[in-house]
Amino acid sequence: MTCRYGHQVARHSAGATPAIRIDGLRVVRGGRTVIPGLSLAVPRGQLVGLLGPSACGKTTLMRSVVGVQQIAGGTVEVLGRPAGSQALRRRVGYLTQDPSIYLDLTIAENIRYFAAVIGVPRKGLDAEVARVLGLVDLTEDASSRAQNLSGGQVSRVSLAAALVGAPELLVLDEPTVGLDPVLRRDLWAIFRRLSAEGVTLVVSSHVMDEAARCDRLLLMRAGTMLADDTLPGVLAATGADDAEQAFLILVDRAAAVGTAGDPRGPGDPRGPGDPPGPSAEPSPPQGASA
Amino acid sequence: MNPSLTMATATRVLQQVRHDRRTLVLLMVVPCVLMGLLAWIYQNTPVFDAIGAPLLGLFPFLIMFLVTSIATLRERQSGTLERLLTMPLGKADLVGGYAVAFGLLATVQALIASGFALLVLGLDVAGPAWLLILVAVVDCLLGTALGLFLSAFAATEFQAVQFLPAFVLPQFLLCGLLVPRDQLPDVLYWISSVLPLSYAVDAMHTITVDPNGTADVLGDVAIVLGFVIALVALGAATLRRRTP
Repeated sequence: MTCRYGHQVARHSAGATPAIRIDGLRVVRGGRTVIPGLSLAVPRGQLVGLLGPSACGKTTLMRSVVGVQQIAGGTVEVLGRPAGSQALRRRVGYLTQDPSIYLDLTIAENIRYFAAVIGVPRKGLDAEVARVLGLVDLTEDASSRAQNLSGGQVSRVSLAAALVGAPELLVLDEPTVGLDPVLRRDLWAIFRRLSAEGVTLVVSSHVMDEAARCDRLLLMRAGTMLADDTLPGVLAATGADDAEQAFLILVDRAAAVGTAGDPRGPGDPRGPGDPPGPSAEPSPPQGASA
Repeated sequence: MNPSLTMATATRVLQQVRHDRRTLVLLMVVPCVLMGLLAWIYQNTPVFDAIGAPLLGLFPFLIMFLVTSIATLRERQSGTLERLLTMPLGKADLVGGYAVAFGLLATVQALIASGFALLVLGLDVAGPAWLLILVAVVDCLLGTALGLFLSAFAATEFQAVQFLPAFVLPQFLLCGLLVPRDQLPDVLYWISSVLPLSYAVDAMHTITVDPNGTADVLGDVAIVLGFVIALVALGAATLRRRTP
């Protein structure tokens, strides 16, 4: 791994502090509680899949981790520091759900600007642009204007912009949505490789079959974690054949508990008593097995 | 604030404008066309010489205000602002980068428009030409700064465009061009005294009529520059990293 922007120290201390530690996170948006109270820890180097239907709080959780979400309570620590602190901003890469690049610039101009912002020295800019465009297979299109690209290409430019400066933690909000199967496979291969190099990745998706590619699954619904386990663990706990079926079983269980014993009513999937399925306690780090 | 990040941002904004040729042409040509129209409708009268300079300050001010408001709103809506706020870019670097880029465009625009008015249209003012050009540049900068500041309060393009009639036209009515400020009702006089455009037009008016008014004009220029700096600083201060 080429740790060219001074991350060696932090990488060597991997394991000392988790990549992400969330304690009692509560987020209210527009008077509605989106995340009622969530705790979670992600050890370094893990490839975590954050799965759940749209509007379940995935993006809100990710925005909290990168420090642009106003939170109503709880703490979010990233790489041992409060989320969003100045020192983290060159160590955390964030891919927004909708591609966030300048459509009136060329691909290279986009990446060059984001690389300059992240602090890549002027002399290293060209090499960094070439490196990340190589990663997402856009080298040949570097001088094309972004507005002339296909939707899939625009998503990849946006992803490339999150990879500049080789961040230690990557928070990727639906990076593979709308991409063809070949490209999705290639991107997951990149995520896997980055993970092997020690980068921590949190990747959200509403496509359940992407679960198989992660070390660990977080199944989220209505701002709470329905499950936090490996895919085999989730399948064993539910008796399901695949992640989608497992998710549906967990949703039904949560709804049953909610209507039976929860005075807050069925709107809240988790009653005050026993949480269904595995709790939101961190599971031990999983190797790249399977 | 980090000068290299501010300059990287300014370079990026200028690259965006460079790719948009039509905008670039409109920015440089429209003020000249408006001044030419003004000279034409008032041909063979002394009116062009009387109001030419104040309007030379006004037209580019309006254009830069609109362009800057829309540009910064686009940054917000495209999601790039959210991305940048997770990166090591200071709020002052972002607003400062826009101010530098559009300030540069504003300067070129003001130079072209005043050169055209003086040399081609034969605009005749009492004060020195360099002072006229200086005030035109500063008025352009004021439009940029006001656009940077106000666009923070616009959530949509519809709102941003309406900020022109809401916040700029009242300044136009009160700036002394229609009725000299000292003839306004007291309350309106005091209001006009805290609006930046009043000083911009005061300066142009002095240049028009007073060959020895350089000191007065420089005083007005200092006030307008003070507004420019305050508006850019406020624009940076009102930017929030964390949003609901």
